[in-house]
Order: sequence, then C-alpha cells, then structure tokens
Amino acid sequence: MQVGLFIPCYIDQLYPQVGMATVEILERLQIDIRFCEAQICCGQPMANTGCNDDAAPLARDFLKNFADDQYVVSPSGSCVAMVRHHYDHLLPDNADLPALKSKTFELCEFLTDVVQVEQFDHAFPHQVGLHQSCHGLRELRMGSCSERVEPAFSKVRQLLAKLDGIRFSELRRQDECCGFGGTFAVNEESVSCLMGLDRIADHESAGTEVLTAADMSCLMHLQGLIRRQKKNMKVMHVAEILAGYPAE
Amino acid sequence: MHAIEHAKEAKEFIESRGRATWHDSALWFVRAKRDKAAQSLPEWEILRETASQIKQHTASRLADYLEKFEANATRLGATVHWAATADEHNRIVMEILQKHGAKKVVKSKSMLTEECHLNPDLEAAGIEVVDTDLGERIVQLRQEPPSHIVLPAIHIKKAEVGEVFHQHLGTDAGADDPDYLTEAARQHLREKFCAADAGITGVNFAVAETGEFVVCTNEGNADLGTSLPPVHIACMGIEKLIPRQKDLGVFLRLLARSATGQPITTYSSHFRGPRSGCELHIILVDNGRSSILGREDFRRSLNCIRCGACMNTCPVYRRSGGHSYGTTVPGPIGSILAPARDPGQHHSLPFACSLCGSCTDVCPVKIDLHHQLLTMRGEVKKAGHLPALKRWGMWAMGIVLRRNWLYGFLGSVGRKLLPLIPRPLIYNRMNMWGRQRELPQTPAKSFRQLYRERYGRK
Amino acid sequence: MVANNKSDRTAILNAIRQHEVSDVELPDLNADWIEYDSPLEQFVQSLESVGGRVVRLESLDQLGQELEKLDSFATAKVRCSLVAGQGSPTFELNQVDDPHDLEDIDFALLSAELGVAENGAVWMTDDGVRHRAVFFIAQHLGVLLSASQIVSNLHQAYQRLESSTAFGLFMSGPSKTADIEQSLVIGAHGARSLTLFLLP
Repeated sequence: MQVGLFIPCYIDQLYPQVGMATVEILERLQIDIRFCEAQICCGQPMANTGCNDDAAPLARDFLKNFADDQYVVSPSGSCVAMVRHHYDHLLPDNADLPALKSKTFELCEFLTDVVQVEQFDHAFPHQVGLHQSCHGLRELRMGSCSERVEPAFSKVRQLLAKLDGIRFSELRRQDECCGFGGTFAVNEESVSCLMGLDRIADHESAGTEVLTAADMSCLMHLQGLIRRQKKNMKVMHVAEILAGYPAE
Repeated sequence: MHAIEHAKEAKEFIESRGRATWHDSALWFVRAKRDKAAQSLPEWEILRETASQIKQHTASRLADYLEKFEANATRLGATVHWAATADEHNRIVMEILQKHGAKKVVKSKSMLTEECHLNPDLEAAGIEVVDTDLGERIVQLRQEPPSHIVLPAIHIKKAEVGEVFHQHLGTDAGADDPDYLTEAARQHLREKFCAADAGITGVNFAVAETGEFVVCTNEGNADLGTSLPPVHIACMGIEKLIPRQKDLGVFLRLLARSATGQPITTYSSHFRGPRSGCELHIILVDNGRSSILGREDFRRSLNCIRCGACMNTCPVYRRSGGHSYGTTVPGPIGSILAPARDPGQHHSLPFACSLCGSCTDVCPVKIDLHHQLLTMRGEVKKAGHLPALKRWGMWAMGIVLRRNWLYGFLGSVGRKLLPLIPRPLIYNRMNMWGRQRELPQTPAKSFRQLYRERYGRK
Repeated sequence: MVANNKSDRTAILNAIRQHEVSDVELPDLNADWIEYDSPLEQFVQSLESVGGRVVRLESLDQLGQELEKLDSFATAKVRCSLVAGQGSPTFELNQVDDPHDLEDIDFALLSAELGVAENGAVWMTDDGVRHRAVFFIAQHLGVLLSASQIVSNLHQAYQRLESSTAFGLFMSGPSKTADIEQSLVIGAHGARSLTLFLLP
C-alpha cells in the first residue's frame, strides 16, 4: 500500500509534529510513504473567500503533485473535504479529478475504512475531549451528526477508543462548531471567539484534560483562546495521540 | 442605504449589549426540542428527502402548477392576483382594502408582507394594521422588525415586554410574568379582531390540484383574523406551491417539528374558497423569486418552508441576533436570499458563517445551505463587492502558495522572526486574531525540514 | 374571477418559463411511515403533550355528566354545541348572521371526523357549521371523537379526507404561544382549554 502524504501549509509551518505523527502512524502500518515537496496548499483559504480564480491553480497543482500516488492521506478533514467536495467547482470537467477524489482520505477515515486498523500498542490514560470538526463531520461524514436521525458513530472516537486507559468527555453540545471557519476567525472575530469560548467551557465542565480533533485548524483557534485564558487544558491533534506522543 | 456589515452588528450585540449567551441558550433550547421531535420519527431522513423532491419537482414546472392553482382557487370562489414586485403587491392589497373602505386590518405572521414592507404603505394611507401574532405585536409596538421568522421577539427579555405592554396596553408597571402579559395581549387583540374590517394572512402551502391553501399558527390568530371580517387577503410567494393535497402530509409533519419541536402546529387551517357572503383574495408574488429559479446554484433555496430551524441551529445567528443581518429573513437562508437579490447591500452575509454545515443537516427540505453560502461568496467576489483587503490578500496568498521557494523563505523567516518581535508589536490593534487569542507558538523547523532530515529527499 | 393585473401574470409566468429547470420526479409517498402498536394510546399521549385533556367515554350517554364535571362547562354562561342533542346549548350558532355575535361564547362542543396519533390533532370542517369562528373564538372547547377514527400518521389522515368543504383544519390542543422568552403559555388567541371526549 502506498500513500502520498498531504501536509497542509499551516501544519507544515506551525505544527510539524502533527505531520511527523502522521508519518509515524503510517510507517508502523508498513505503508510506503511519499512526500512530494512541491505541495503547499489545497487552495481552501481562497475558495472559502470566494476567490475561485486564485484557488483553481492550486487545485491544478494538487492534482499534478499526487497524480502517481495510490492514496492521498492528510491529517486535516477540512483540506480533504476541499478536494472531495469543492474541486468540482474549481476544475470543472477535469478527467483526472474523479480518481483523485476517490483516493484522497482524511487520516482517521483512512485508518478505519482502508487500513482497518484493529489495535494500537500504547495507552493514553487521560480524559479526552473530542472536538468533532465540522468538515470532517458534515462534509466527510466521519461521524453521525446531532441534526440527523441516524445510528451514532464516530470514526475518530472509534480509533481513540482502542487506546488503553482513555476516557472520553461527554459534552452538552456534542458537535457544535468551534468558530474557526478560516477567514471567519478574523472577519467575525467577536462571534468566532465567543463560539470557541463556549466550546471550551463545555469541555471544562465535562472534565476534559486533553482536547483533540482531526483538524488542527480548529485546535489552533481553541488553543489560542485556552492559552490566552491560561486554562489548564492540553491540546493535541488526534494523530499525535494515535502516534503515542505523551500528553505533556 | 449603507451596506450591512454583519461583523460590526454582531460585535455590538455581543460586546455592548451582552445578550449573546442568553440569546444562544434560548435558541439552543429550541434546537434541542427540534432534535427530540425529529428523533421520534424513524423515517425523518426519508421525509426530508421526499419533501425536497416534491419541492424540486414543483420548481421544474412551476408555471404550470401556478396556472392550475389559479384555475382551481378561482373555481372555489377566490380571486387570484399576480404581483411581479413588492410595490405591485402592496398596491393590490391597498386597492382591495380601499374598495371595501377598510380602515382596520388584522394581519397574521407573513414574512412576505414583511419583505414587501406592507405595513408602512398601509399606515401611510391611514389604514391601521395590527400584527396579531404575539411576538410580532411585541416588535410592532417597539417599532422594530422581527429578529426571527418564527420567533419574532426572541431577542427581547420579558421585562422589556412588560415595559412596552405597560406603556401601550396599560399592564402593571414592572409586571413581567409571561402568563399575565399574554392574557393582556389576548384581551387587547380580541378587540382588534372584533373591530377588523379585513384580515391579512400569509400562506404556508398552496395546493395546485385543489386550489386550497394552508396557514399554520399556534395562537389561532390567522384563524380568528379571517373568520370575523368579510375580507381575507392571503399573500404568498410563488414558491409556496405544492402539487397535491397529500403532499401536505409530508410538509406538515416536518414544519412544526423543525420549527419548535411540536409534532404539528396547533392550528393548520385549510382554506378552500371564501366564507359565504365574504371575499377571499390570493396574491401570488414573485419579487425576485423567478430570477432565483433561473440560478441553478441557488434554486434550491426556494424549497424553504420558513421553519427557522437553520437560524436556531446556526452558531453565528444564535450569538449575533437576527437584527445583525439587516434583512427580513436572517440567518443562513436569509444570507442566501438577500444577496441573491442585492449583492451590494448584503455582501457581508455569506461571510457571516463558519461553514459548519449544521444548517444543511437540520433543514427539513434539504437545502444545501452552507454550500450555497460558499457559492454566494464567489458571486459577491465576481460582482466586485469583496473588500479590497480580502481581495488582494487572497491574491497575494495565491502567489505565495504556488511558489515553493517564496513559501519556504517566508515561512522560515517568519518562524525565526516572530519569537524575536516584542509582544506589543505583534498584538496590535490590527491583529484581529490576537485580540482574544494567542498566536501559535512557532516551531524551529517546518515539517518538510524535519522530514528531509529524517528521510532525505525521496 | 381573475383579477385584471394581466401584465404581471404574463410577466411572472414568462419569467418562470424562460428557465430550464431540470426535472425531478414527483415521489409517490409510499414509504414505511410510522405506525403505532396502539394509535389510540399514542393519540392520547400526543394530545396531552400539547396541552389537551382526554376523557374516555363508554357511550355518548355519559357525555352530559362528564361535561358537568368540567369547570369550564359548568361555569359557562354562553354555550354552543355542534353535536345534536348534546352540550345543553344556550346559543344557536346557525341562527345568527354575524360571526361577531359569537364573541361571548364560553364553551363550544365540537365534533371531529378524525384523530391523528402522531400529533394529537383532530380534523374538523365547516360542514354544516355556519360560522367557522366558533373553532377559535370560544373560550373553551370540548371535542367529540370516536376512537375508531384515529389513524397513526398524517399521511393516512390525508388519504381519508374529502376536500369538499370551504374550510377544514387540524387542531392540536388548545391555543398556545411561547413568544415571551420561550415560556409556554396556554390560551393565546384561541381556546384556553381543549377537552377531548373519546367514544369507543
């Protein structure tokens, strides 16, 4: 099995350990990894601002950079959702797009659906608050949504539950948005921060020690608020936990 | 008119008025009731899909169904009018009222008449128009627009209702008990109902095959308001049509459950022609709807049955209040409808959204709301209404993110410099991220550097 | 009669017809809609949850004495009944010309054709009812329904309706509002109470 790793720009620059954790998880599963250095960004910031003309060249780059990979895996639900659901608008009638879309996976869904991981060999004896990032949830359907009438499931939680000693926080609002939303975080700063603070309060009262998610962007926003408020809550990307990094 | 800046209005609601958390909880409570009601039906998702198909089918032959509805309603004794614009709608209403010498009108909740700004036109002609839905009466007495399409006074605290009732209805000063205030409104509005010369209602659903239409309320105000006076004027957008009577079963099951978590509204009245000796007028209004029908990306917004569920679930709406949108219909659906009509005036609304997608999943007629909001951002940009900073910022970002050397250079310089800059210079007034949040701590090396160190270039 | 604003009519219909809208088939509505083991029990539960009250009768003969037990009936000065021979009316609805004369009705006894288990609604029409205001203007309502006329869901209800009357409605419990800080208040503009008398 071969995987082309997609490490989104902000993870590359700001959270390299999340990328390395992803590499280590895949390596342990004996997956052949390729990291194409030409890659930078999926184009989401531009597309989400309505600047499709600026985003389209990045989508074309993406297609080219991952053309030869069997799978494309990324530790970011939001960027994968961009490829799977929004490249159609940027690359209309592109013959290579369907193949790219069907081989591109968010890390956790790749682990549950393709690799079908059965166990991890380490423990994580902490109470974890799982933030259900919206794009993973409502674009990629990596879990059931509180709005819909469907059987309850969560691919991320299903993976984390394989770690010994892990406990989960039960939240009052199980899947409300954290308020990051890309440029929304600065355009609508007041609403964005209030949304984030409300999420954090929910996790605090549920007893969360480690706040995690499959999207580092949500966590960047939440961590920014937590650090400003000097709260005692650790923030880790789910890849770091699955790779066995300690909660220090 | 100045363009609406949602972010500014939202900030005001949150920071100056301190209402956001209270408002958020009130609406989340409604959302939770809706969840419970939806969960009570195993077929919920099938119902949503069915409703969506019925609406899309109707849209695909809307002109035929409108003609069929007109013929059947006329056969039942109603008079059917057509209004291409809001002005024409108001003119028709006025003409009917003047023909009957009507001076006093009772009106039940109708977002369409809000959209057409009917009340000011009637009042200018010396006609008293009383909104009879309790929430609408409260906002009318306060001389402000509704802030929600189903819960018009959701932004108002009971003490404030007490104040306005004390002033206008003579309730005891300081009284704020909802039972007491509702009873006072009941007495006050009974007088209005009994004195009315005509009743105006909206329409929830109109049935092409029978010519009937349905109006849903919990209070009974549409019903009381049309069963006493000799004239009933029903105002409906052309998208309210459904083909068959049995389709009502689908929509009435979804509407109240989605709106308030009730299994059905208290009153679902089916009007099939005028009362004996009375007149029934139905006004079919376009006012921009046919143009939305022609835009494939936004057509499904015409599925909307005005349940308000997208507002109740929207984390932005809940924390910014309906008035921050500056439109008749606020929230996610309003942020599509308003800029579809006037992108210059409403360009900030599609950006008043974190793209969380909750609205899409809650919508009983499966409007792909958050995708339409995203598409609308592109339309705003194409129409030249994107603020320059955003526009050029994204252009520059596009340049950097396509040039590996530049991206790598800026990244490494940034990571080295940032820790050296004194904090006050970073956390300045221009840094919206840093107003309430810390910036991420900058690592010494990027992922690609670490990867290269470990594996070399491969 | 069709009103005279022909130009708007033509403009709207033309504006719609100039758009090619992809065809979607009209669904047939034959899905597995919810069916309750006991529609009757579900109906009672639904109606009570929306503020209604249910009184079970063994036969119509019991109606009079059960009505007398109701404060709203016993203290009513003006009563009106749409059930022949029942409800000791003081007011003959079909004898008055002006619906405004219904203003003082304290209690009205109505008859429902159908009950819907999933939402506690009853279907009533203005068949033989001169003033539909009676459904909304009376301070309190009693509604007579036969248990055999209860269906599980609204789809079944619509299958049984005949649309021959000028007015029909589903009424689910008494009038209510929650427009003041989401506090539920029973008795907004319509009936302050609804008591359903259930015949076997």
